[in-house]
This record gives sequence, C-alpha cells and structure tokens, in this order.
Amino acid sequence: MATAVSGHRSRRLWWATVLALVLLTAGLVAVAVDWTNPRADLWRQVREGVEGYSAVRGLESGELIQASGEVWRRWRNGPLAWVGGVLLGGVMFALGLFHLLHGPQRLAKPRTGVRVSRWHLGERVLHWITAVLFLTLALTGLSLLYGRRLLIPLIGHESFAAYLAGAKFVHNLTGPLFVACLVVMGLTWFRDNLWRKIDWDWLKSFGGMFGGPHPHAGRMNAGEKAWFWLLMAMGTVVSVTGLILDLPLFGLEREQLQLSHLLHVAAALIVVAASLGHIYIGTLGTEGALEGMVTGSVDLSWARQHHDLWLAELAQKGKVAESEVREVKRPSHFFRPDDPSASA
Amino acid sequence: MARMKFLCDDERCIECNACVTACKNEHEVPWGVNRRRVVTLNDGEPGEKSISVACMHCSDPPCAAVCPVDCFYVTEDGVVLHDKDLCIGCGYCFYACPFGAPQFPQDGAFGVRGKMDKCTFCAGGPEPDHSEAEFKKYGRNRLAEGKLPLCAEMCSTKALLAGDGDVIADIFRERVVRRADRDGETVKPQVPWGWGQAYGDKKS
Repeated sequence: MATAVSGHRSRRLWWATVLALVLLTAGLVAVAVDWTNPRADLWRQVREGVEGYSAVRGLESGELIQASGEVWRRWRNGPLAWVGGVLLGGVMFALGLFHLLHGPQRLAKPRTGVRVSRWHLGERVLHWITAVLFLTLALTGLSLLYGRRLLIPLIGHESFAAYLAGAKFVHNLTGPLFVACLVVMGLTWFRDNLWRKIDWDWLKSFGGMFGGPHPHAGRMNAGEKAWFWLLMAMGTVVSVTGLILDLPLFGLEREQLQLSHLLHVAAALIVVAASLGHIYIGTLGTEGALEGMVTGSVDLSWARQHHDLWLAELAQKGKVAESEVREVKRPSHFFRPDDPSASA
Repeated sequence: MARMKFLCDDERCIECNACVTACKNEHEVPWGVNRRRVVTLNDGEPGEKSISVACMHCSDPPCAAVCPVDCFYVTEDGVVLHDKDLCIGCGYCFYACPFGAPQFPQDGAFGVRGKMDKCTFCAGGPEPDHSEAEFKKYGRNRLAEGKLPLCAEMCSTKALLAGDGDVIADIFRERVVRRADRDGETVKPQVPWGWGQAYGDKKS
C-alpha cells in the first residue's frame, strides 16, 4: 500500500518536471524570438487612433479610424435612451398614479380673500421666460433622441424631418438664452434656497403630502430648494456641454463632442424628469400654488399652510398684519442667531 | 447580387491623391468637402504606409443607427446612401463614423452644419438615375451606368479596388500570395513566410 502511494508520487513529480522544462523552453523561445508582426502592430496602432499625415487638411483628417464613435453610439442608443425613457415614463406614471389615488393637496382652510405678495414681477417674468425656454428645449431635445422611434411611425419621414430641422434650429438658438436665464435665476434665488435645518424635517415628512401635520417652511420649502439646486447642477452641465456642441468652432475633436453629447443628454434627461414633478406640484398637485406665479400673490390660507415661517418673516418686516399670522406656531429651533426674526 | 466593397492595398498606394482629386472633379463636390482622403502612417519613415479612405459602406452602418431622422438606406448592392432632403445636419453620423466619412459644408454663421455629404460609391441618391437633382445633391451615378467608382477605376497602381466584394477579395488574395512567393527570396520578407500556403487558392 505504502509503495503504491510513493509510486504515484514519483510519477507525478516526473510529469511535473517535464512540464516545467517544456514551459521553460517555450518561455525562452518566446523571449528570444520576436513573434510580433510589424504589420499587425501598425494596424493595431491605427485601430487605437494613431494619427498619420493627410494632404486633405482638416480636423482629425489624419486619423484613419476613430474607435470612440462606436462607444458613443452604444451609450446613446443603449443605456441613455432606455434609462431616460424608463425614467421619464416612470415619473409620469408615478405622478398620474399619485394624482388618481391620493389627489391634489387641497387648501386645509377656506380662502380668506387676503392676498399675500409672493413673487414680484421680475421673478415671474424670469420664471416664465425660463419655463418656456425649458419646455422648448426639452421637447426639441427629446425629439432628437426619441422622435425616430415615436414620431416617424406617426407622421412619416418627410414631415418629421421637416419638423426636426426646425427643432434643431430652435434648440441651438434658444440654448444660449436658457443659459443666460439660468445665470440670472441662480443669482436671484440663491439666498432663498440656502439649505436650513428645518428643511430636513420638511423632507422627512414629504412636505405633508402623505398626511400628517404640514411641516414648517420658509419662503422656499425643501422641495423647491431641492429642485432649485438640481436645476442649477444639471443646468450647469447642460449649459457647458450645450455651448460646446452648439458652437463647433474651436477645433474640438470628435471625442470631446461625443463626451459632451452624452453628458448633455444624461443631465437633460434627469432635469426633465425632475421638472415633471415640479410642474405637477406647481399646477395640478397643489391648490392655489399656480396663482402665486401667475398673479404674484397667494391667499393667506395658502401661505399659512405651505410657507408659515415665510409668513412670519413678512409679519416681522411689517408687510403682513401680525394678527393674520397668529396661528403660526414656530418650532423652537427656528430661532437661530443668524435669523433676522430671532431678535423679536 | 454583388456586395460592393472598397479595398485599399497599402503595399501599392503611393499617396498620389489622384483618387481624392478624381472624386472631387467627378461629383463636383462643394469647396471644403472631401469625400475621400489619403492618410499616410509613419510619413517620411522607412516602411511608411498610405491608405485611401472614404465611406466604407459598412454592413452595420453606425451613421444609420444614430441618425435622428433615419435618412440612411442601403442599396441592393450593399451601398450605404442617404437622403439629403431628410438630413438636418445634426452631425451625429460624423460622431459615430469610424472613418470620418461624413462631411458637412458650412451653412451660415457660427459653423452651422449644412446637409451631410459623403461618398456614394458613385451610386447617386434617391432621386431618379442621372437626373439633374441627383447630380446636384450626390454627384454622378456611375453604378447605374454599369461603371465602378472613379477613384478605383483610375487608380494608377490599382491600390484602390472597388466592386463586388468576392472579386476584390480574390484579386487581393492573389496579390498576397504572389508577394509572399516573391518576397521569400528577398532578405527581409515583407509578408510572413507561409502566407502563400495559408492563403493560396488550391484551384489556381
């Protein structure tokens, strides 16, 4: 029995030695002989985008093969289009479901008839110009991404191409205007949207959307602040990449245009999906909200319900009679040293 | 049906750029647009290689896959063509194409792109064959006349081949085999030893 085992072992050892010798020889041969085919190396370099010389002068005219185009194609036609579509569809579905099952947020108390000024004229003009530009850019942009699948079967190649030629023109033209609006908007509402402690409470209770007492909120509630900062962040990405794509003047190479395009589409899809929520909450979702942005003022009941701390602030400044704010109960941590109302 | 292909033999191309010039002249393409170009790799060094490149009429054309107005179509001969009446000049085909084939004439201020122009394999466009509209938009339709692309037809070294893929492949293979036999006698073989055996056609 013992001899059988040692026989096995020695045979295994013998094979292992042979194998090691063969591998070692093969390794030495591989090192000694240059197996690479210089021609294959050349074409490998070409495949990786090495530039040559071309008598045809032009940007990247010396590049025989650019491989990044395929990467761009796969991202655009694949994940971006699909995730974006699911995102937009999902948000629309969720909002529709919410509206059907839960319904809009009604005013808790009847209107008082007392109007509180909420958005001054400049703010409203800025909001609506930006809104119109945003919707124009969103619809034309989405047409560029999804029109081929969704609109060509409906209206045919010719009409769609005619529409899209106009859409592209409008998209490229209104883009820079939207960038300007974003800058002005950022400067106008920057202060109102600084994050404060009470905003966490607002978020935790979903702004009272799913019942419970309505959380406290200043001039902007946490939802508005989140939307503002998302718009600013994604807006920056969309603006920078959009201007790059809009003005192909500065000798930018295809790889930079491809990357800009992917970032542009991704950021735009995120902000468009979020805008659906903003539009719903601002119109159908909240009774009495739209009139604020249209007429500039809201009903006292609405202000009490949705922006109690802002109303209190107004009272401090004497813009609203103190008696009209009496129902507001301030949370203890609302009074902070940096707060203008803390001195009261 | 033939599957049309271009093939450029880098052992033969001498970078004379005649294909580029012939193409421009035949189709009267606008200034600044080059449907074909010659690229030289390792220019000026021993062993430099030149390749004439244009639209390669891919089987799975990336340009067609990304076109937002779906203006591309593939003919029965496997030639990738597009409809300029539909093209909106977005430039997506130019992003996607590996060969840099799509060209855009500048149209107005700020570098706005006009309608895309590219090699048609001398097969015109969707308009009726030999019509004025077809010539203005796409150039000559030589295929409809029973001729092959001019760039390849007039290539002085016959480096650039165009036509039925099977026929071209046969021509090229024969060249490779002959070169292997010839180069086997030289000091530094340009083609690896054994190519003649590997790719030689037993019948011939």
